[in-house]
Order: sequence, then C-alpha cells, then structure tokens
Amino acid sequence: MVKNVFKRPKYLKQAVFHYCPGCGHSIIHRLVAEVIEELDIGERVIGVPPAGCAVLAYNYLDVDMGEAAHGRAAAVATGIKRVLPDRVIFTYQGDGDIAAIGTAETIHAANRGENVTVIFVNNGVYGMTGGQMAPTTLIGQDSTTTPGGRKSTRDGAPLDLSQMLAITQGSTYIERTAVNSVKNIQRTKKAIKKAFQVQLENLGFSLVEILSPCPTNWKLQPIEACKWVEEEMTKIFPLKVLKDEIDQRRSALHSFEKSQE
Amino acid sequence: MRGSHVIAETAVRAGCRFYAGYPITPQNELTEYMASVMDKTEHGTFIQAESELAAINMVIGAAMAGSRAMTSSSSPGISLKQEGISYLAAQELPAVIVNTMRGGPGLGNIAPSQSDYFQATRGGGHGDYRTIVLAPATGQEIVDLTQKAFSYADFYRTPVMLLADGMLGQMMEPVELPEPINLNDLPPKNWILDGARNRPSRIIKSLLLDPVLEEELNWKLARKYQAISDKIPAAETYRVEDARLVLIAYGTAARIAKGAIKKAREQGLKIGLCRPITLWPFPKQILSDLEQAGKEFLVFEMSTGQMLEDVQLSLRKRDQIHFYGRPGGVVSTPDEITKVAGTLYYQRRLDKE
Amino acid sequence: MNEKSSKGKIVINPELCKGCYLCIAVCMNQVIGTSGTLNQKGYYPAEFLGQSQDGKTCQACIRCGIICPDLAIEVFREE
Repeated sequence: MVKNVFKRPKYLKQAVFHYCPGCGHSIIHRLVAEVIEELDIGERVIGVPPAGCAVLAYNYLDVDMGEAAHGRAAAVATGIKRVLPDRVIFTYQGDGDIAAIGTAETIHAANRGENVTVIFVNNGVYGMTGGQMAPTTLIGQDSTTTPGGRKSTRDGAPLDLSQMLAITQGSTYIERTAVNSVKNIQRTKKAIKKAFQVQLENLGFSLVEILSPCPTNWKLQPIEACKWVEEEMTKIFPLKVLKDEIDQRRSALHSFEKSQE
Repeated sequence: MRGSHVIAETAVRAGCRFYAGYPITPQNELTEYMASVMDKTEHGTFIQAESELAAINMVIGAAMAGSRAMTSSSSPGISLKQEGISYLAAQELPAVIVNTMRGGPGLGNIAPSQSDYFQATRGGGHGDYRTIVLAPATGQEIVDLTQKAFSYADFYRTPVMLLADGMLGQMMEPVELPEPINLNDLPPKNWILDGARNRPSRIIKSLLLDPVLEEELNWKLARKYQAISDKIPAAETYRVEDARLVLIAYGTAARIAKGAIKKAREQGLKIGLCRPITLWPFPKQILSDLEQAGKEFLVFEMSTGQMLEDVQLSLRKRDQIHFYGRPGGVVSTPDEITKVAGTLYYQRRLDKE
Repeated sequence: MNEKSSKGKIVINPELCKGCYLCIAVCMNQVIGTSGTLNQKGYYPAEFLGQSQDGKTCQACIRCGIICPDLAIEVFREE
C-alpha cells in the first residue's frame, strides 16, 4: 500500500508562493502551518505579518491575520493578546522589522513578558526593498547601501537582538535556528513548536530567530546561499538556545496555582 | 470632576476596555486615572506603552480583536500617532484618540492651545482619509462627546479624535456621568480577528498593491466620509438671532468668547457665538445660514489661524470674515475678546443698520 | 514503483518548481535530476529520475520535501 508521507499542510492555502527560488520564507511558512496543525490551534491562531517580503504571509497561512505597520507587530500583537488572552498570537517578522524600526516594540513586549510568540526571520538584508543593509548584515557584507561591504565605523556592527531580548526578565524561551539544511529545518520546526507551547502554557514571551537564505539579494545560487548561512552567518549568529526558563516558569506557575487552591 | 478624569471615566462606562498611553503633560491625569480604573474593570486592560507610537499600535491590535480601545496624548505625542491613525482609517478599525492640545510646534510648552486643528482635521497621517474630530467645551459635553466618540467609531469603523486642551483637561465642573453600558448590548462585530472557528480565516490589511483595488478602497472611504458629513455635523449657536457679529470659536476659546459676549451685550453690542462641535465634518451649513442672514464673523482661535480656513471655505464673503488669534498657550481673558470684538464691531459700522 | 525494492517515490510538480535544486543537493540517493524542459515561469524544474546512475532508488526519506521551499514535491512510501 502506498502512503503519501509528505504533502501540503492543512493551514497553507493553495496559493503559489511568490518568494524567490531558494528563499527561506516559504520553508518557514510551511513549518508554522505544520506546527499549527499538529498543536491543533488553527481556530485560535491570529498572526501579525511584517512589512517586507513576507507581508503577503496572509495569502498563504490560512488563519486570521492582521497587518501591522513596519516594525509595530509586537505592539499590535500585544493589543490582540490582551483583549483575547486565550487565543494564540504570533508575529512573523524580518530583521529590519524586528531589530531596526521595531526594536523598541519588540524589546518592550519581551520585557513585559507578553504571552506571544515571535518568528524572527534573519536573512541579513532588506529583501523586499531591494537588498539594503539590515541590522544583521555582517561586516564586509555587500548590500546596496553598503557598497564594498559594511564598515563598522560608518554603519556599526551587526546587532544580536535575540541576545538583547534574553536579558529581559519577561522573555522565557529564545532560540536561534536556521533553515539552510534538512537537519536545521527539523530543528527549526521543533523550536517553533516549543515556542507555541510556551504560549499555550502562559509561560511568557517566546521567540525563534531563524537564519534564512536570501539568494536573490546575496547574489548567490540557492545552494551557495545555504552554505553561506552555515559558513558566515553562524559565526556571528551561532545556532543555540539563548534562553530557556520554561521549567522555572512552569514550576513557579504551578506553585502559584497550588497556593490559590 | 476634573476634565481628564471625566474623559477616562466616561470612556470606561461607554465600554472602553483597552487603553494604552504614554505620559505627557498636560494629560497625565487621564493616563493615571485609566491605570487605576482598568485594574478594577472586568476584562479591562491598561498598558503604559514604551512610546506613543507603540500605544497607537496596541490600540490597533485591540481594535482588531474587537475591543473598544482608546489612547490619549498631547500634541507632540499625537504627531507620533499619525502613522497609526492612517492605518486605522485604512483598515476601517474603530478607535478613540484623545488630544489634549498644548503649545507648539516642536516641544513647545504645556500651556493650553488650539494649534493642532490642522493636524486633527487635515489628516496628519499619510493618505486620503479623514478623522472624525469632536471638540467639547464643557464638562458635561466631554461626557456626551466621549460617548459619541465610541459610538461613531464602532458604527462607522473609523478613528475618532476627541480634541481638548490643557484647560479643559484641568478644569473641575459638576457632571452627570452615564450608566455603564452592558457590553452584551453592543452589536456584534462580524469582521474581527478572534480565531477562525467555524468560519473562513479573515485578513485585516491595508496593503493593496493593485491600484484598481486601492482606488476602490479610497472611493469606499470617501463615500463613508460623505455619509458621515451628511449626518453628524454639529455646532452650538448662542445669541445669534439678532447678532450683527458672530464669533466663531471652539473648545476653551468658545468659553472665553461666551464670557466676552456677555460683557459686550451689556454694552449694547449685538454679538453672538457659533461654536463648532464637530470640527470634522465641519458644520458648514450652519455657518452658511448665518452668512445668508447677513452677519459678519470674527474667528477666535488659540493659534495663528487654522479653523479660519474652514470658515473661509464655508462662506462666500471673504471680507466679512475676521480673525483674532493668540498662539503659544497664551489664554486670553474675556475682557480682551470683548475689546477686540467691540473694536471690530464699530470699525465695521455694525452698530449702524 | 519499479521491481528493485524501491521503498518510495516522489512526485515533483514542474509548474511549482523554481529550479533552486536544493532537493538535488540533499537527496542521499541521487534520484533527482534536472529537466530539460522549461516550465511556464521559465525555470528548468527538478525531475524525479526513479533510479540513480548507479542503481539507487528513492527511500522516501522526505529530505527533498522538507527542503523544497515551494512544496513542489510530494513523497510516497510503500507500507
């Protein structure tokens, strides 16, 4: 008997992805859809897409979605979650959205311990607008606003937002993964699932930073772009768990609940 | 009860269950009142946001989720909210924004002024949209207009601005507060984002890459604004029936003008007041009717002249529209206005038939 | 499935494929190649070979499906 063991997940619409060949966004969209299905939360999910290539995420993910202005997703997500605390709220943002224009909103949502999940797609460049420098562009990396390569004297060094968020008391789980290989994709899916589970248990702010290839703006073939993530990006942005206080939060919550009985 | 407290208390009684704000003088009493009242209100949320920008975006989220949501600030903070207001208009989301005006531009000062008329009525944010702007002048009217703000916002699915100033925010007047509404009595919102259970998933967005679709949205909004303009313009008229000169002023300026008119009338000058209550849509018809009846006008604003332009647009005889303004947060006395109005009255020979 | 104990097979939708060839890079048995026919979007899509040059077959490991950004690949396993 022949069984179909891999096909389009339920929460991805039939639409054809507009993303470039080899773009990490489409992989990540699929992982989010798979996780939503596996956790059976499709009817409770509300997503907030970014301004950027993934602004059209609502054309693909078949859940309620509300557009935010560039960088404001964490604030919009805060508003939705406070009004509907039993729904599952996630944002899906690029590096510029989250770590340039949206830095304040992101840090403060984490600091307040908002029970939302942030999917942070880090491809080291501003894709949608044609390849300008992002906060996570590497020193020496070429972009349309750093011709000849980013210089720390003029442009500063790449920013590790996840590290900054890990310092806030309200953040519970922050992990950095990548989607440049099968193994990393599987790890990313696990991390996304874990992040949603943090929200489902009301344990605080969760974020998964995902290093993602942008072949078009890096001017590399998809396979080279995947290598570049491994060889260059992970030097500055190592794949690791930056924060995991899930157990502490869980036991603190349980002791509190017990004390209320 | 203090004006800023009246706004906050009325908002909660009118069903407001989400408030996000940031401290800025002269409206901190509003934010602080909200902080304590929301804690005591079931399903109420108060967030002191990290900026006015974050606050308006939290309001956007709350509105998407179906809550009656409000934010407040003063002039420079309202500048920060303009992006959010444009998004609210484009996404057809209800929300109430309270501006307690202060001296400007720039950092300005914390004294009461009316220098944000253009900001409020001419957009301020990008794109072809309008914001309903309501301007109270008394404590009781603050109650009435705060309630109306939430109703209009929900009914028309549009942002509504309550335009006050530092004086209105601080003054203490006895008011009658309304009974708190029952949220279950409000009509259900069948467009909100609350999780796609037993229904297809919804999208609330304003990105319309196809110009034809964007055009459609713009005309749809324009039709909505026309419907609003046909329905809600309002102004108070005071002693205009036999007036030869009509002062036009709103908010605190109108209170001062009323005091001036009382004095002027004692001296036999036939002066009245037309006080716009909705600044957008502007009550053109009421002004036009007064012009038809042969009156002249003196626009008095605590600015260098912004509502003046709407008055000029509403009327035909430019040379019969005069202006007196005090910008910067300087608050005129009624005597000052009596003097200005009186001098104009005699200069224009309005004492002659 | 052919008679050489092929545990699996894949179906690549040539119209969804954008020719990124990540699937080829991750396939452990080299059973994916490139088609010589352009699709509607102007890409040369990846193509299931059935069998590699040295006789290996698809084992339905799903690596190609996992890495394909465009969900162009469905994977089937004999069970």
